[in-house]
Amino acid sequence: MITATRHPELNAMFGFAERSLHSVRRYWVWEVVWLFYSMVSVLSIGFLASGLGTLGAAGGSFDLHRAQLYLLIGSLLWGYLSLVFMEAAFAIAWERWEGTIEYTFMAPIRRLTHLMGICLFAIGYGLVRTFVVLLVAIAMFNLDFSHANIGAALAVLGASTLPLIGLAIFTSVLPMVSPQKGEQMSFAVQGFLLLISGVYYPLTVLPLPLRLVGYASPLTYALDGIRKSLLDGAGLRAELPAIAILLGMGAVMIPGAVWVFSWAERRAKRLGLLKRSG
Amino acid sequence: MSTTAIEIQGVRKAFRRRERRAGAPWWRRDWKEKVALHELDLTVEAGGVTGILGPNGSGKSTLIRILATLLTPDSGRAMVFGWDVVAQPVDVRRHVNRVSVEASFFKELSPWENMLYAARLYGGGTSGTREQVSGILERLGLPLDTLDHPMKQLSRGQQQKVAIARSFLTAPSLLLMDEPTTGLDPRSKKEVQSMLEMLRAEREVTVLLCTHDMDEAAALCDRVLMMDNGRVLADGSAPELCREHGAATLEEVFMDLTGKTLEAEEEAEEVAT
Repeated sequence: MITATRHPELNAMFGFAERSLHSVRRYWVWEVVWLFYSMVSVLSIGFLASGLGTLGAAGGSFDLHRAQLYLLIGSLLWGYLSLVFMEAAFAIAWERWEGTIEYTFMAPIRRLTHLMGICLFAIGYGLVRTFVVLLVAIAMFNLDFSHANIGAALAVLGASTLPLIGLAIFTSVLPMVSPQKGEQMSFAVQGFLLLISGVYYPLTVLPLPLRLVGYASPLTYALDGIRKSLLDGAGLRAELPAIAILLGMGAVMIPGAVWVFSWAERRAKRLGLLKRSG
Repeated sequence: MSTTAIEIQGVRKAFRRRERRAGAPWWRRDWKEKVALHELDLTVEAGGVTGILGPNGSGKSTLIRILATLLTPDSGRAMVFGWDVVAQPVDVRRHVNRVSVEASFFKELSPWENMLYAARLYGGGTSGTREQVSGILERLGLPLDTLDHPMKQLSRGQQQKVAIARSFLTAPSLLLMDEPTTGLDPRSKKEVQSMLEMLRAEREVTVLLCTHDMDEAAALCDRVLMMDNGRVLADGSAPELCREHGAATLEEVFMDLTGKTLEAEEEAEEVAT
């Protein structure tokens, strides 16, 4: 019989993260492959910026170095953000594929604990992998962060964690709603966020309807705030509006996403979708 | 004084899906309903093994999944130790564990990593858990050197033993066993059955055992429910049922009730699928 711990919900939350960590250790070859893929993606964007010079973009008011940094920050952050919410989305799909979904959903824990455990790992894992890619990018492109305000950038990144958790939980609903197509739908959501969140370009280049949707994406404020701090050295005071918006979005999105997930779980139980074959 | 482990009142469950009728245009699909469980009333007192017998599609697994809080009944009420499976699922889950036909494990992780995950979900931690897991597995006759190998390297029989060990670890008051011996070789089947007997002898636990193995039910169950097409056709101990139907075996009781053999039912379903 199990010896009970003091904080069972926190313990269970850690259990989800620990399980994923064990899985990363067992699938280490695939982790190397994915890390390589992340590096290739970021480096390609870096070289794209370098290539703009040879295509005649340099000169005049165009600052090639700034453009390279702008794109690399976008690429790195996009790598991190997309990794976090795809990890969360795949957590449900993966359990269905492994055949453990019934066991996990039978556990005597709150659903919030389950989802937070998944997000806890996804954020930690995303940060570690992005940090490794960042080190490689710094080495390859001699990135200069001497004018950057790293502290303020980290504060924005920290604040962006809350709406990111909300987005991740929203995405994890998709494989619950549709066992067959949910995973692919997650890719569609990811692609749409890439389009509207100003990852590789400012929102001003988008047509008005897309621009308006872009303002509703928390990634827009995360990217904008982090760029201001890393490229222009914006301090914490200047970042306060972005941080406030991100925290406000998180305060709305997390409860909203948990509510939607609960709805999807009730629906899955009604329709009999909570099983390995869907 | 006896405690009621399971109380089910008028529980019904049907599954709906959209199907295209032959000759209908591709966009036109009608809802088709398949009743998995007709209005069911059932009370199971705490302790002992209750067997649910019936072919595939008889409603056994639907009943188990409702009690496991994985399915919501369309109507009626199901209670486990006084907790409502729909309104109080977390309270129900604290008392329940399930061993299903397919051992639900992360196949790439080791038995220990899977057990640790289960322990964490049920409020435990690393402290003393490895010793407990080793002890349980040793008693179940599983070599301890398998503890750190990936689950996928274990045979199906061994995986099922780990699944049972996992349910021992969480010490449930109600153990739902959904065809735990289906697909196992005779020796593994015997071992799993011995484990169930060992569990009964050692712990105050109520077991609901779904099976289509009539001999297994006769050997292990104090009470037997026979189901077909979502309805309970008979309820009693194996000797009682045999006596009532003038039959020598439960297989003959089933034939008397339904006019068909369980084996023929299984084969017909296999052909249909």
